[in-house]
Amino acid sequence: MKHLLGTKDLSRDNAILILDTATQMAATQDRENRKLPTLRGKTVVNLFFEDSTRTRISFEAAAKRLSADVINFSAKGSSVSKGESLKDTALTLQAMGADAVVVRHWASGAAYQLAHGGWLHGSVLNAGDGTHEHPTQALLDAFTMRKHLMDTDGTGTDGKGLDGLRVAIVGDVLHSRVARSNMHLLTSLGASVALVAPPTLLPVGMDSWPVDVFHGLDDALDAQPVDAVMMLRVQRERMTGGGASFFPSPAEYTRMFGLDGQRMARLSDRGIVMHPGPMNRGLEISAEAADSPRSVIVEQVANGVAVRMASLYLLLAGEEQA
Amino acid sequence: MSGAIVIAGARINGEDVGTIAVRDGVLIDPADAGAGATRIDAEGLVLLPGLVDLHTHLREPGREDAETIESGSRAASRGGWTAVHAMANTNPVADTAGVVEQVWSRGQEIGLVDVFPVGAVTVGLKGERLAEMGAMAQSRARVRLFSDDGICVYDPVIMRRALEYVKSFDGAIVQHAQDLRLTEGSQMHEGDVSAELGLAGWPAVAEESIIARDVLLAGHVGSRVHIQHLSTAGSVDIVRWAKSRGINVTAEATPHHLLLTHEEARTYNPLFKVNPPLRTAEDVEAVRAGLADGTIDIVATDHAPHASEDKDCEWAAASFGMLGLETALGVVQKVMVESGLMTWKDVARVMSHTPARIGRVDASHGRPLAVGEPANLTLVDPAARWIVEPAALASRSHNTPYAGMELPGRAVATFLRGKPTHLDGRFEGVFA
Amino acid sequence: MTGIVLTAPDIERAVTRIAHEILERNAGAEHLVLLGIPTRGLPLAERLAAKLADVEPGFDATRRCGALDITMYRDDLHRQPTRPIGATRLPAAGIDDAVVVLVDDVFHTGRTIRAALDAVKDLGRPRAVQLAVLVDRGHRELPIRADFVGKNLPTSRSERVDVHLVETDGEDAVILTGGRK
Repeated sequence: MKHLLGTKDLSRDNAILILDTATQMAATQDRENRKLPTLRGKTVVNLFFEDSTRTRISFEAAAKRLSADVINFSAKGSSVSKGESLKDTALTLQAMGADAVVVRHWASGAAYQLAHGGWLHGSVLNAGDGTHEHPTQALLDAFTMRKHLMDTDGTGTDGKGLDGLRVAIVGDVLHSRVARSNMHLLTSLGASVALVAPPTLLPVGMDSWPVDVFHGLDDALDAQPVDAVMMLRVQRERMTGGGASFFPSPAEYTRMFGLDGQRMARLSDRGIVMHPGPMNRGLEISAEAADSPRSVIVEQVANGVAVRMASLYLLLAGEEQA
Repeated sequence: MSGAIVIAGARINGEDVGTIAVRDGVLIDPADAGAGATRIDAEGLVLLPGLVDLHTHLREPGREDAETIESGSRAASRGGWTAVHAMANTNPVADTAGVVEQVWSRGQEIGLVDVFPVGAVTVGLKGERLAEMGAMAQSRARVRLFSDDGICVYDPVIMRRALEYVKSFDGAIVQHAQDLRLTEGSQMHEGDVSAELGLAGWPAVAEESIIARDVLLAGHVGSRVHIQHLSTAGSVDIVRWAKSRGINVTAEATPHHLLLTHEEARTYNPLFKVNPPLRTAEDVEAVRAGLADGTIDIVATDHAPHASEDKDCEWAAASFGMLGLETALGVVQKVMVESGLMTWKDVARVMSHTPARIGRVDASHGRPLAVGEPANLTLVDPAARWIVEPAALASRSHNTPYAGMELPGRAVATFLRGKPTHLDGRFEGVFA
Repeated sequence: MTGIVLTAPDIERAVTRIAHEILERNAGAEHLVLLGIPTRGLPLAERLAAKLADVEPGFDATRRCGALDITMYRDDLHRQPTRPIGATRLPAAGIDDAVVVLVDDVFHTGRTIRAALDAVKDLGRPRAVQLAVLVDRGHRELPIRADFVGKNLPTSRSERVDVHLVETDGEDAVILTGGRK
């Protein structure tokens, strides 16, 4: 694997390899000395064109636990005020000797362009590009689900996918790279996916997607027992104002799509509550749901480090690929 | 050079082989050419009336880093064009007699193509007040076409007034059909590819709804309207309906909308970012059929040069637009002639006669190839096979979506009023 | 000599002898922890643990035997295609103050054991680390020696030693191939 740009083209076998490797990485994090020498001498650059302290710290921790050198590059600029160009930034990083670039960018496709633009020789790991993909988020979500839902006979989860699980993704699918990446990965791993959103927050042109669509959370919960419900963050700004008009009001959204204690009780017996964070408590998820024993939201964060360690290992540890 | 030129052996309009002759800027009887005439062996070539582009961006004044009237003229003559209509979205905007006269006379000065400036519909392209279209019509540039391209004339009242106003001088409003509210932040065609790629969509209805409104308006006030770069099947249907009702509407299609689809966006390469966007295969089929059956009257390039920093960046940050002047003939031959959808005579119709008529420059351009007519000529080699190399194009910019592609057909000689403005290497030395 | 150099009975005897040597050297099984290095060091460690349990009362084979995956400590990762990481399982009590006996099938350059020592260091602080191998084929590249050896097998560099075990390969055999004719 030279790059990790998305889950759309990630085969089931490679996805399971990443998850199994993450299991071993997670095990090392229980030791007193959590650091491994594996990527010593490698340089990982966190190239963030969009602020995201949590994701950046997660990648930084992952790289450092594997003894890689980490350089944080916070690039300025947006589609309105263009800063240093993507190309020039990439050439600078190449000159600095980056073995891997972890890139988060506001433009969809930026990771692909970095990987194939001919400016960088190292590996590119997509930490979120616009509304397109966020593969390590989907992988840590899958890792979390697998850990809680697929070790039914105590033999562990190695080699297993998510076969037979039912996962509901609820919220602003239209603008969510987390939803897209999860949809591809969950399907590859054998889970069935329900997307739950008002029609205004679902993309036109999704007819061929292998998902069931519901326009109310109650409908989704009634249709089939849901093993994992993933609540997406909804932006209030998108709701009403500025002519965006995706939804009449936050209250109506919460009424129809919010996860509260009552809806949570209708998940399957082993059902878990997930959220990529940061949460709008009281909007898409109630405090009761967020803090319940079924919630694995905090654990998702810890799993993020293990999954990112696994990703960096698989991209960088082996012989350099062309 | 005061002597005559004889062009022998070409298929006239792609039909019968014949010989034509030129002296002093007009076509003459070959028998009168005289012994000292320069002879051009045009065996195997197709002779067309000089091509007329109704939609070009020359960027001067304001963005001379991307293109100048000179480099654009050179690109045009190399592409076989003898006349181009330069769009008004320059800096300053071409919304006064002063600016259009400046552009027109610069074109005359360079003398490679006739540059006919298109005037803005509204001042500064802001869509608020009508520009002084009468003054522009009466200027030396004799503007007849008015357009706020690349912005839509969105306010229906402004569009109505503009349509009414230009009737007095036989003008036409040329509309870039794009509902501004439905396409805020749009990046590519709204469909299954945009859903997957996470790029904001530009729905077909945003083009079709404006076209529907404008053909109805034109019919209501009795004006003529020209629709730019038709890109969707629905748009073709609407124009076909409007024509069946006797509405005075004409329409154009670009070469890229005849060939490329939204699948090109999968590489996120901004060379494929254009407005209106590349659409589905079904849309491309419908546009081809519309051009073949006359619903779409002409091919126009929408040649849109951009400096490399405006294309060598993230898709969302890139400017919209593609080069087109030098590749248009090749794409049209590949898509329309070689598939049998059109003959070379049809090509003459859609790339010379009809655009000249719409632009009201048909006193000098798009004329029949007959004795006495101005000698604006394009010689095409249909057997040519060439690879598009961005650096080898005459344009100052390099944003062609066909880079590395092999195209058939090339203009090998272009004549503007009898003067050769472009000569392929094979004619080197013919004009000593 | 090519072909089978250790038969199944040879291997059985070697494992038995090593088990006794371990007990003798350490004056019993107290503090002992066997860590097998995957792939084949692991079944060998389990066999040794079983033998120890036969002889020494109170030695719980399952609880005192684990696996030590050394992939992440290798010094040659960048020269090969990416290797999957195997599981590391330690006794519940850890390895602090234990006598860790590393178990591997073939002892060659010593780099695997060097990586294993680095891994052990990150897992705890044993009071001693010893090494038991089924076959020592020589050609050490590091100053590391084995404490317990099943068979010393001089080889040339171009020869290949393959250990087959019932648990992984369906049979017990040590096979030598290659070399100059």
